[in-house]
Amino acid sequence: MHTLTLYALIILFLPLASFVLQIFFGRLIGPRGVWLSVGAVAITLVLALTMLFSVVLGSPMEHYPELVWFSLGDFSLTLGFQLDNIAVVMLVIVALISGLVHLYSVEYMRGDVRYTRFFGYLGIFTFAMNGIVLAHSLLMMYVFWELVGLSSYLLIGHWFEKDSAADASKKAFLANRVGDIGMFIGIMLLWSVTGSFTFQGLYELVDVEGGNMFAGQMGLLSVAGVLVFMGAVGKSAQFPLHVWLPDAMEGPTPVSALIHAATMVAAGVYLTVRLFPILTPDALLFVASVGALTAVLGALIAISQTDIKRVLAYSTISQLGYMIMAVGMGAQQAAFFHLGTHAMFKGLLFLCSGSVIHALHHALEHTGDHETDPQDMRNMGGLRKRMPITYATMLIGALAISGVPLFSGFLSKDAILAGTLAFAQHHHQWWAILFPVAGFGAAAITAFYMFRLIFMTFHGKPAKAQVNRQVHEPSLVMTAPLMTLAALSFALFFTLPGINPLHAEGWFTKIIPQAENLTGYPELGVEHLEHGFHQAHSQAVRLSVGVAGSGILLAIAFYLLGWLDPKAWTQKLQRIGLYQLSRSKFYFDEIYDALLYRPFLWLTAKIAWLDWDLWDQRFIDGLGRGTVKVSDVSGWLDYHLLDQYVVDGLGRVVSWMGAVGRKVQTGRVQNYVLWALVGGILIVIVAANF
Amino acid sequence: MDASILTILVFLPVLGAAAMLFVPRGQDELFRWIAAGFTGVQLLFACWVLWAFDRGSSQFQFEVVAAWIPSFNVNYHMGIDGLSMPMVFLTALLSFISIVASWKITKAPRGYFALFLLLDAGMMGVFVSLDFFLFYMFWEVMLLPMYFLIGIWGGPQRQYAAIKFFLYTLFGSVLMLLAMLALYFYSDPHTFNLITLISQAHKIDVMLWGIEMKWLIWFALFIGFAIKVPIFPFHTWLPLAHVEAPTAVSVILAGVLLKMGTYGLLRISYPLLPDQTIVFAVALAVLGVINIIWGAANAIAQVDLKRMVAYSSVSHMGIVLLGMAAVVSVREGGTMAGAQLGMNGAVLQMFNHGIITAALFLLVGVIYDRAHHRYIVYPSDYKDKALRGKLGFGGLAVGLPIFSGFVALVFFAGLGLPALSGFISEAMCFLGGFSTFRTLTIIGTFGILLNAVYFLRAYQRMFMGSPNERWSGLSDMSPREIGMLAPLVIIIIFLGVYPSPALNVISLTMNNLIELVNAASSLAGM
Repeated sequence: MHTLTLYALIILFLPLASFVLQIFFGRLIGPRGVWLSVGAVAITLVLALTMLFSVVLGSPMEHYPELVWFSLGDFSLTLGFQLDNIAVVMLVIVALISGLVHLYSVEYMRGDVRYTRFFGYLGIFTFAMNGIVLAHSLLMMYVFWELVGLSSYLLIGHWFEKDSAADASKKAFLANRVGDIGMFIGIMLLWSVTGSFTFQGLYELVDVEGGNMFAGQMGLLSVAGVLVFMGAVGKSAQFPLHVWLPDAMEGPTPVSALIHAATMVAAGVYLTVRLFPILTPDALLFVASVGALTAVLGALIAISQTDIKRVLAYSTISQLGYMIMAVGMGAQQAAFFHLGTHAMFKGLLFLCSGSVIHALHHALEHTGDHETDPQDMRNMGGLRKRMPITYATMLIGALAISGVPLFSGFLSKDAILAGTLAFAQHHHQWWAILFPVAGFGAAAITAFYMFRLIFMTFHGKPAKAQVNRQVHEPSLVMTAPLMTLAALSFALFFTLPGINPLHAEGWFTKIIPQAENLTGYPELGVEHLEHGFHQAHSQAVRLSVGVAGSGILLAIAFYLLGWLDPKAWTQKLQRIGLYQLSRSKFYFDEIYDALLYRPFLWLTAKIAWLDWDLWDQRFIDGLGRGTVKVSDVSGWLDYHLLDQYVVDGLGRVVSWMGAVGRKVQTGRVQNYVLWALVGGILIVIVAANF
Repeated sequence: MDASILTILVFLPVLGAAAMLFVPRGQDELFRWIAAGFTGVQLLFACWVLWAFDRGSSQFQFEVVAAWIPSFNVNYHMGIDGLSMPMVFLTALLSFISIVASWKITKAPRGYFALFLLLDAGMMGVFVSLDFFLFYMFWEVMLLPMYFLIGIWGGPQRQYAAIKFFLYTLFGSVLMLLAMLALYFYSDPHTFNLITLISQAHKIDVMLWGIEMKWLIWFALFIGFAIKVPIFPFHTWLPLAHVEAPTAVSVILAGVLLKMGTYGLLRISYPLLPDQTIVFAVALAVLGVINIIWGAANAIAQVDLKRMVAYSSVSHMGIVLLGMAAVVSVREGGTMAGAQLGMNGAVLQMFNHGIITAALFLLVGVIYDRAHHRYIVYPSDYKDKALRGKLGFGGLAVGLPIFSGFVALVFFAGLGLPALSGFISEAMCFLGGFSTFRTLTIIGTFGILLNAVYFLRAYQRMFMGSPNERWSGLSDMSPREIGMLAPLVIIIIFLGVYPSPALNVISLTMNNLIELVNAASSLAGM
């Protein structure tokens, strides 16, 4: 077996072993056993890093081992790995965040009723996520796609005694399934035309230069691309299926960091990046529109949320929208770059929020306060001095996501924004300008709400001074991951050996080049695209620094210095109904509930009535009762008519005849002789005539 | 061994039932052990057959032929191929597990176990018969024990359920009998031999009431089998019978009996009357999709867990039909690969659904044995007014971790989670269906969502949320219960991860059948 195959297998299955260990033997080994899970993920990190270094220093990775899973005569299905540069980078991201979250959870989840089981679930998640990353075919990706959905379900529902958690886990699974149906139909469509499930196979068979199997029906290819993309809409919480992600915050915060911020939700972006070579311009435009809409929508909702995790959740939705939009613009490299940087700083932000919630929760318990919500930012304030490490690291995260130079988010966001500018410059239709507007607008809002979060949480006066005194920084087990991720949020780590904080060029861009689109449209040519991005770059830098700065300044004016009063402005906005719209998340949940879920349940109830009460009880049993009626009638006819009248009637006729005939028996010999004579004469007459 | 093994498989349970006659009354313990012993040995034999089965041959294996009623050319003719092999194994396995699941039966155990063994023999006979007359006899033999098992050991509405089941099925049997006699009398020489009939049946050239006899035969057979599957709109006997039957009988009903419908179509209708099959394929697909959606929609509305599981069977059997319809893939512009995926997927789905649904019913039985009810939500006409509309359980996962773990796994298998067996066979059926009837299959895929809806809703309402005080004293699963579910769960995971062993058994036979149906057809030029 090839060494790389072996590495990939270990990376894939070690977390699964961790799952099996914790689920079946967790209670037996005890809470210390969770370090085994931490170790397992650490090993996968080491292996993934080894592969990454060999890629960065050496040649690109192109290793595609496969084996036949089953075959049926004319058909065989393979399992295999698509071990290329993108996969290697993604493996590192997953292993790194997963490892840090494992470590962090050792402290964060301590004392939980299902402590070891939690680590088991983290294990199966990591397994499934690695499966998505390594999968060489759409069908195999779909398999792990659903398994990731399962682990997300389990982890959101970790505290299933809470109805809200139980609801959220179900909602997440079902919303994802809606997208997955589209993805499955898309997979079937691609397969029915090309006969292939694998990425390599599809790239070859769709390639215009290699005899496109969709030749003459490019519309169908667009449809297939959009359908498969539906899976990403669900998994990456894009409009209109984004509603599950905020609710998913019911899960423990480390889960939010790992799954609902850094990795699983990025799987949709990963899929779209993989799919990019076979997406037609029409499909890409659809993708871009969904992404742009989501980016703006998420940002607008995030402004008014007061639950610290919900702000971050909507921020995640918005940032994922960015990535999806980027792929749609053709900036597939920028999308993946943002995926990488976002994983670090968003993972960081979530873990920081977890640190705050954890500290506040314990402080509240200490003071005997069970009413106050430890996640509501209105109950925070002034935590800066109590939790300096958390504060510093979260500030770094906020700077990164806002797109401030020196930090990683600046580079990747800038690349995406350059992509939107290039797109707008190339497409001369009026609507093309909407994409950069959405991109820069959302960037400004992002900077604003992130610093609103920082100021509300860490600055100002503490909402509850008594509680504030009890708050203290968590132990090193929790702060070490924060510091690691904070360090990785600096631009430098993504640009080495380059050190220019305004230029993304470095190891990352070297090993993840802009991919070739194979559908044969000149505007999607690599050189053409790169040329456009390059031209738009300096303009994008100036603009994005400007919007980030103005967003931050506005937040300072509102929440740090108090020059502007948030309440007064809220009321002003409320006059035209805008505040409430954002606060209540554009009423998506209510609309879905009223227009889809409830009517759907009502319909199933009606169907059940049709099926059972009407069809079975009335009709089928009616047939039965009818049969009984008919047999009653035939029974009556049988007895009263046939038996009593006809049969018995015959008997009565016979007995009447007998009664009549009896009179012949007189007993007198003379009579008998007379009758015998008459008979004899009659016989002679008859015999003579015939 | 080779020639007699099928006879042993079929008649071993009969022997067991006979042995029970010699056990004096009151030895309840002994009845169970006899039943477990005979079905256990039967299972071992079935395992041996599975092991000895030649995967490289599409011929009938372990064949046995003996004259039975020579004057009518009726033979004692048995044999198995890749279609019957999974069913034989399924029957043996589920029969044995059902006996274990019936361990707590106290009402007239002798009758119960004896009837159960007869039922087992009847089912096994159906799957190994290659003579239509023999097939029909076993088909009918099976009905009687089933009638009594539901009617005597069932729930509150047992007699109504039993008579309904019996009459409904008998109605189908009558049509099947007519079809069988027609096939016999119009074939030359007259024969019941299902292999000979393959080359004879399509030569029938008779009209009745202005309709070609072959169509009437196909249709009569179809109704007979459709009731068993059950295909919409003949499905309403199923929820009632499943709900009223005791746990082990529900297991057999859903796990094995339903498969006889699709088995009959594949064994008899498909090879004997390929022209009609080809024409009706689109109807099968339509009905399959209706089954998928209709069954799932009904399941969502159910408040009784067992009823929900029963309707889920309707939905899952629809997927089998969709896969079977793919036999005409090439003719409909698809590929041979599509036909093979659909047909093999259908048989695999029959097996997988048998295992999954059996596990589901066993789990329903586990909670029913403890709580003596199984309402997800108490119905609006429940006798205790205070409970109407309230959750039947809630938070069970806290107190019953093992049980809730099993339920979660089997529910996820039911909703087609990858890496569990249901997924691969469902995906195969959908892929086959898609390559044949695109639009229909797209509609059918919504079943994937609907199935998730009812399983997850039920799981949430029963196992999540705050624990219900009323059920805080329930005990978790016993070793016996774990033991009867473990093999099923192992198969669910094993075939989910590695379906090849099962497909290797099935594929040659099914690929042959696809060729047969498409080649023998006189519609070939159409």
